[in-house]
Amino acid sequence: MKSIFKKYAKLLLISGSALIFSGSAFAAKTHLTMGMSLEPPHLDPTGGAAAAIDEVVYANVFEGLTRINQNAEVLPALADSWIISSDGLTYTFSLRRGVKFHDGAAFDSSDVVFSLERATTETSTNAQKTLFSAISSVEAQGKNIVVVKLKTPTGNFLFNMGWGDAVIVDSASAGSNKSKPIGTGPFTFKRWVKGDRIELGQNPNYWGKKPALKTATFKIIPDPAASVAALMAGDVDAFANFPAPEMAAQFQSDPSFTVKVGSTEGETILSTNNQQKPFNDIMVRQAIAHALNKQEIIDGAMFGFGTPIGTHFAPHHAAYVDLTGTYPHDPGKAKQLLAEAGYPNGFKATLKLPPPSYARRGGEIIAAQLRKVGIELEIIPVQWAQWLDQVFKNKDFDLTIVSHTEPMDIGIYTRPKYYFQYRNVGFNAVIESLNVTSDTKRRYALMGAAQAILAKDAVNGFLFQLAKLGIWNKNVNGLWENSPVQANDLTGVSWNN
Amino acid sequence: MQHLIRACVVGVMSKSRIHEIWQQSWQHRSFVIGIILSFIMLLTGVVSLFWTPYSVELLDIPHKLQGASTAHWLGTDHFGRDVFSMLMVGAWNSMLVSVFAIGFGAGIGVPLGALAAGKRGWVEETVMRFNDFAFAFPALLTAVMLSAVYGPGTINSILAIGIFNIPVFARITRGSALSIYKREYILAARTSGKGEVRIAMDHILPNIASVLIVQGTIQFALGILAEAGLSYLGLGTQPPMPSWGKMLSESQTMMFFAPQLAILPGLAIVLTVLGLNLLGDGLRDILDPRLRRLS
Amino acid sequence: MPGLTNKMTTFLAKRLFSLLVTLLVASLIIFLLLGILPGDPALIILGVGAQEDTLAALRTEMGLDLSAPERYFRWIIGILQGDFGRSYTYDTPVSELILERLSLSLPLALLAISLSTLLAIPFGVFAAANHKRFADTGIMGFAQLGVAVPNFWFAILLILFFSVKLGWFSAGGFAGWEMGFGAALKSLVLPAVALAMPQAAILARVTRSAVLETVREDFVRTARAKGLSRNAALWKHAVRNALIPVVTILGLQLSFLLAGTIIIENVFYLPGLGRLLFQAISQRDLVVVKNIIILLAATVVTINFLVDMFYAALDPRLRSGGHE
Repeated sequence: MKSIFKKYAKLLLISGSALIFSGSAFAAKTHLTMGMSLEPPHLDPTGGAAAAIDEVVYANVFEGLTRINQNAEVLPALADSWIISSDGLTYTFSLRRGVKFHDGAAFDSSDVVFSLERATTETSTNAQKTLFSAISSVEAQGKNIVVVKLKTPTGNFLFNMGWGDAVIVDSASAGSNKSKPIGTGPFTFKRWVKGDRIELGQNPNYWGKKPALKTATFKIIPDPAASVAALMAGDVDAFANFPAPEMAAQFQSDPSFTVKVGSTEGETILSTNNQQKPFNDIMVRQAIAHALNKQEIIDGAMFGFGTPIGTHFAPHHAAYVDLTGTYPHDPGKAKQLLAEAGYPNGFKATLKLPPPSYARRGGEIIAAQLRKVGIELEIIPVQWAQWLDQVFKNKDFDLTIVSHTEPMDIGIYTRPKYYFQYRNVGFNAVIESLNVTSDTKRRYALMGAAQAILAKDAVNGFLFQLAKLGIWNKNVNGLWENSPVQANDLTGVSWNN
Repeated sequence: MQHLIRACVVGVMSKSRIHEIWQQSWQHRSFVIGIILSFIMLLTGVVSLFWTPYSVELLDIPHKLQGASTAHWLGTDHFGRDVFSMLMVGAWNSMLVSVFAIGFGAGIGVPLGALAAGKRGWVEETVMRFNDFAFAFPALLTAVMLSAVYGPGTINSILAIGIFNIPVFARITRGSALSIYKREYILAARTSGKGEVRIAMDHILPNIASVLIVQGTIQFALGILAEAGLSYLGLGTQPPMPSWGKMLSESQTMMFFAPQLAILPGLAIVLTVLGLNLLGDGLRDILDPRLRRLS
Repeated sequence: MPGLTNKMTTFLAKRLFSLLVTLLVASLIIFLLLGILPGDPALIILGVGAQEDTLAALRTEMGLDLSAPERYFRWIIGILQGDFGRSYTYDTPVSELILERLSLSLPLALLAISLSTLLAIPFGVFAAANHKRFADTGIMGFAQLGVAVPNFWFAILLILFFSVKLGWFSAGGFAGWEMGFGAALKSLVLPAVALAMPQAAILARVTRSAVLETVREDFVRTARAKGLSRNAALWKHAVRNALIPVVTILGLQLSFLLAGTIIIENVFYLPGLGRLLFQAISQRDLVVVKNIIILLAATVVTINFLVDMFYAALDPRLRSGGHE
């Protein structure tokens, strides 16, 4: 009864203001409004690491040689085919013909050469230079062929070229991509009202199949409560990563919404400063691991969404080894280990927490869990800016909670200066072998070995894999359920009616 | 400190006045309601130091988001913490921040105001300019900036709210003190060699005490609102210490299935602030007949 | 304004001078305070995976390596010329950002002030006219409640009732002026009400007190003695003179309004000036923060100055020196 009244009132309002609204009510079928929690700092995916950038432009505005789909498969994009030499050192890409950038400039091999070289120069602001580090040369052979030579065979190379940081840009417009992104994708950039929304329109000259959507708006809503209200009121049609898991049940029972729980590449960890006393002692780290109750953290902070992990690897991957039992929840054992390590009465430390609720809520729960074994944590909430400065850059922290969302990033544990400062030559050797191995079976074995080392060393508190909680209007199809790369690929999205 | 209290008491009442005030107080509706509400809140806060039904540091996630029951009188929150206990400790937190903020603000503002009224000239000008400037920065703005530099927390909320209290106390002290300084006996005291500070303590303070008390009550109420706003934005008291503002912000995403979490802390704030405002109004009417005409 | 006397001009000049001094001191304090804001803007922009050489390149690009006095003077001179610098995070001129946000914040503020004034003054006068009767107590009771309710809680309740339950209004967000005047205004209704309510409560009380006080003044009694009806006396003399403290309070309200917009714009996720400031602080976008704060401080100080002028113009007794 109430919903009928609501619908009637809404209908009255819409028809009453039809003159003013002129068409926006009818645009619903080819327009999508997607909500997002973090605003991108700019719109050039090759000039920054913020996931939010890719969440707007990946596959929509920009394209690379290859593209990753929601099943983590590598698909051709601007390169319609390729040949890999038997020694794995030469990749010959055959480029698509007749492709135009949004400003009308023609796409050809010179753009590929420009883009790849630009990413590797001294002054490049590309955040993922390691994706290109294996490249020794890039050469155009005519307008439609590009030959890339690698220094060492790299199993992931085609996947790497599918990352947002490897999209192809035009030399003429590259400099202004931050504010006016010009790509080759099916959507063009229309407008960015800073702090509010980003509007995309249709690319009439797109080389491929035109998407069902003609326009899209990314609405920036940082506040979880506002996100709930916006979705409920219909101001927003979809949230690919809904920030309030406590409302999932409410939306699940509402017939006008679809709720899809998928996976992300986000390993949520209690990062521990391995070079800081007392965390440099493995017994202390083991004690912390025993004190943690992963399921309680998932239930309390994520309302049950998330999978416990025992190491820095995503459970949905084929090469995953379940190491959650390495240090099971055992507060008694934790106290014992602490006493053996020389802390019979526990100790005090700080826990710096960035803004996301997995960190803030998770942090409160972890503080309570560690308090039970004698470790007193002082919670220090920080903004991302401070987190990056204090924790990430200056390594000025004891413990922190963060989710590492880049795919296959176990390699960060080889970097001695990476903020948690883990140093293990044995581990580095395993990863080095992995980088030069292309045989799948061997690779899986090596990945398993790497995971086991990290779990045994209790490098960080491995908590859970972040779930992707997607909630959208029942009539929307085609949105990704899983997030193998950071993206909101709208090319396959359509409305039912 | 002793001297201060004596000055306030002496200024506020003399034997015959005490009886008059006592009678008037209980006839004054605002005062009665105000003092009852304020007393309840004060009591709750103080009791929370010794006893709460459950510890606010006790997380009980399997029993989260429950409604009112015999075990939990007002239910539990999203971490399974007892809401009643959280409200009690939240009261203590609000009081603490507000009281210290007033202490800080009055401690600096009153002397400044007295100085401005007593010395006049460029001293007064400087103080008034500083006042103008301070009024240009609302407490919230100062707090947001302070917490960006030094991090969020209880101490910074106290400082931010306290800083805003300084010009308020300076202004009313100066205003009230001006007319007193003009009086004959001040001139007499000065010529007889009495120091400025003693003059202030002996003559100014007792006479402005009632104004300060009334203003203090009002600032207390404003302080509670400010503290709630800061905690709501995440800039105030940090977990595991509960605060009403933080409880409100956390409740927003759970309003749909646990509306009591959004209503109860808000109600606590309203009742407390209302009580204090009524108390302040009542005190003003009773203590200062000059001001009474206005209500 | 009737002829400018010497006394008036000196008063004007004195106040103008102190206004400038206040602004100068404000700018110094802002610069010093924000100069020590920790955080590396380059790191925020490039993010977690970036390399050191990339960061260094960006830092030079942003001019973060000049000396402090140099930066201060550049800043001040820039402002005087209307150049408010370039935002780190949005790579857009700050003046552009401010104007964009003002197109929301200004109408919102005006709406809130009009709402509160339209509600408060009639109610305040009515309450004064019915002094000590039920209407008076009733209105004052509501006003007491209005002052005690935190505006963000009131906003949450408004959303819960008018948006989620009834669906009459959007839960937040700004439709934008290009969607039509009606649509844009509609998205400002709930926020304006949330902002206006506590102001209205305070204003009603102040109006009532001011009217009551003036009613007792001798000149009103003289007017009554001359034969004016009670109502005529009320409106002609009492209200006009009561306007003085009311206008003063309106000026002070600006401070509270500014503070209120930061929270309210967050609750309704409005892209206004308040939220821009809040986000800029967390993003360490010093350029935006500095310039918005100095702008806000200048506005508040100027408005207080204008209120003082108005105050002085209206009441000749107060024009001789002094502040109160």
